[in-house]
Amino acid sequence: MSGHSNAYPIKAKFLTPTVWGLIILAATAVLIVLARLIFGIGSVTNLSNSTPWGLWIGVDVGAGVALAAGGFTTAAIAHIMNREEFHSIVRPALLTALLGYTFVASSVMIDIGRWYYIWHPLIMWNGNSALFEVGICVMIYLTVLYIEFLPIVTERFIGHVNLPGFLKMLNRPIDKFLRILDRGLNTTMSFFIIAGVVLSCLHQSSLGTLMIIAGPKMHPLWQTPILPLLFLLSAFSVGFPMVIMEAYISAKSFKLRHETEVISKLARFVGPLLGIYFAFKIGDMVIRETFVYLTEFTLASTMFVIELLFGIIIPLRMFLSRSVLKSPLALFIASSLVIFGVLFNRFNNFIIAYNPPFTDARYFPSIYEFLLTIGFIAFEVLLYRACVMIFPVVSKEDHQGRSTKYAIRWKV
Amino acid sequence: MSTISRRSFIKTGIAAGSVMLASPKDARPAEVKTLPPDRRGVLVDTTVCIGCRRCEWACKNAHSLPAGDITDYDDESVFANKRRPDDKALTIVNRYEKIGDERFPTNVKIQCMHCEQPACLSACIVGAFKKDDTGAVVWDTDKCIGCRYCMVACPFQIPAFEYEKALDPKIMKCDFCIDRQKNGELPACVEICPAEALTFGKRSELITLAHRKIELFPERYYNKVYGEAEVGGTSWLYLASREFMELGFLKLGTNPAPGVSESIQHGIFAYFVPPIAFYALLGGVMWLNKNRNRGEE
Ligand code: SF4
Ligand code: SF4
Ligand code: SF4
Repeated sequence: MSGHSNAYPIKAKFLTPTVWGLIILAATAVLIVLARLIFGIGSVTNLSNSTPWGLWIGVDVGAGVALAAGGFTTAAIAHIMNREEFHSIVRPALLTALLGYTFVASSVMIDIGRWYYIWHPLIMWNGNSALFEVGICVMIYLTVLYIEFLPIVTERFIGHVNLPGFLKMLNRPIDKFLRILDRGLNTTMSFFIIAGVVLSCLHQSSLGTLMIIAGPKMHPLWQTPILPLLFLLSAFSVGFPMVIMEAYISAKSFKLRHETEVISKLARFVGPLLGIYFAFKIGDMVIRETFVYLTEFTLASTMFVIELLFGIIIPLRMFLSRSVLKSPLALFIASSLVIFGVLFNRFNNFIIAYNPPFTDARYFPSIYEFLLTIGFIAFEVLLYRACVMIFPVVSKEDHQGRSTKYAIRWKV
Repeated sequence: MSTISRRSFIKTGIAAGSVMLASPKDARPAEVKTLPPDRRGVLVDTTVCIGCRRCEWACKNAHSLPAGDITDYDDESVFANKRRPDDKALTIVNRYEKIGDERFPTNVKIQCMHCEQPACLSACIVGAFKKDDTGAVVWDTDKCIGCRYCMVACPFQIPAFEYEKALDPKIMKCDFCIDRQKNGELPACVEICPAEALTFGKRSELITLAHRKIELFPERYYNKVYGEAEVGGTSWLYLASREFMELGFLKLGTNPAPGVSESIQHGIFAYFVPPIAFYALLGGVMWLNKNRNRGEE
């Protein structure tokens, strides 16, 4: 068993017309960040005293965390359950999680009024606060993600440190340092992998606890004491669809072969996971008798039905079908629906369900809020593209039947 | 190839895991603070309030907010809309006409209720709020990161935020004139009120007083003291001549607002036992799976 994976940096042209489009979107976001820093949050958002949280918390943070769930779900299945066939998808999922959480953290920085105090929760604790728990877990988990990514960096550069000019003399020491680091990581990686899973479960659920304190301000279709459980279950069910969607898109854009076999094996887990989420969601609705709100035609009831139908029921049916499991395109569509469903759910929870008792106008995000969110996503895609071209993230398909080795690498 | 034995793998994993997850000991649920029996409150008798809005002026003055001239406050046109306290006015008065009898409108002063078990305090990510012994719920500007979770949490929709400020925006709300109280002075609004609609005193005595008033003048008062039991009780209490919901008061239960959320938090975190147990469980599963695979090879 060699400790090396067969992942390799993809060779392709970085700048394509789509990439240029993404660069423009990302640049717009940078301008909005500047405006926010200079003129304050009020100048770019439609937030008010009645609606203190908007698109940035609902989508960038709420949905961002959920959609980065691929990182811990694949780590759990590949490393904790030790299913070797899934090792090849761990790295792409890890990279997505890493970039996703980085942007969650950046969005929080932009959204909080005093961004320069972002470190306060590290030393000022309030154990009663769900937000405190989310904050701490996300900070630690982000660190864990970077540590999990380090072996990929050492793998890329060990034996390839080649600084030009007078920096040459540093080549040897840097190489040596990387080797020591690599060895250290090898022995401790199991600890970080488990910690990553525990931390994820904790904050994915606490993100659901957040809105519970809003009590009657939140629409009964969403306000339930099992919100943390629903958030956790939906995070479980969206993790693999994210991986599937990404694999599909990167295969398309880098013209790689679809990893049909691994992907359809992975897809088999989605049906049951989504099914459990669905059962709890319906069970909760029946027990609290909130279905009465569905008989009225309101914004809330419409959004709830869309979320349920397109985000859960249709993709659930698709993931349970044999023919869908075999077709990359059908899987891509089904996965996109699950992703849409969870994103929509977070949006609903944080924005649609929030009904402040005293307000003049319903909150609707400003154009700048939308542009920032879109720009950040564009940024993320760009970085992902750059990273898979620099680091060995995506695996070559191995036709000799040798299994792909350690994705997050450590020796057994 | 194999450099780390299975046993040491488990050991490093679990030991390091417990260190990491168990160190923030102080994040333990805070004991519910017992409130001093002589904590203060204000009884607002809306049947007496004449809607002169002098309290608005005094409050701004006491908090160095632009207050303008006192005569500006005689302008009754503001009553056309229902206003809310915000970052520029910590208290405001709204007028509610009585349908069929326009001569006797009811005026309602609004400010922070100074809850006995404040949601804002429970929610704040950095613990910037404190329930003072006077009963005042006060906010610490040096801690706040501006996340606005307190605003999401407050059942009365009170805290306001200085959205226009790029640097050091503050959460603004009535602080029960804590500085004046510490100097032995009355809250500015109570002191200025010409109609004596606001009575400052021990909360327990104010409740007795309120019920006595209702008992003596059953014609005049609707039989309820708003704030006595709402969300676990508030330091500010209200009397009114009619159903409170007609006067813009919210129908809220008697359970403290932070209750459900805190018990979930404490359930998940009970002294860090569940996370550590979960960590150990995953470690065990991982080890077993490695063993199994090894056996097959
Ligand atoms: S009314 Fe709102 S801001 Fe005031 S103490 Fe209660 S929860 Fe806090
Ligand atoms: S805005 Fe400030 S006071 Fe309010 S919850 Fe956040 S940190 Fe606490
Ligand atoms: S108690 Fe002080 S801060 Fe509160 S409304 Fe009255 S004057 Fe304003």
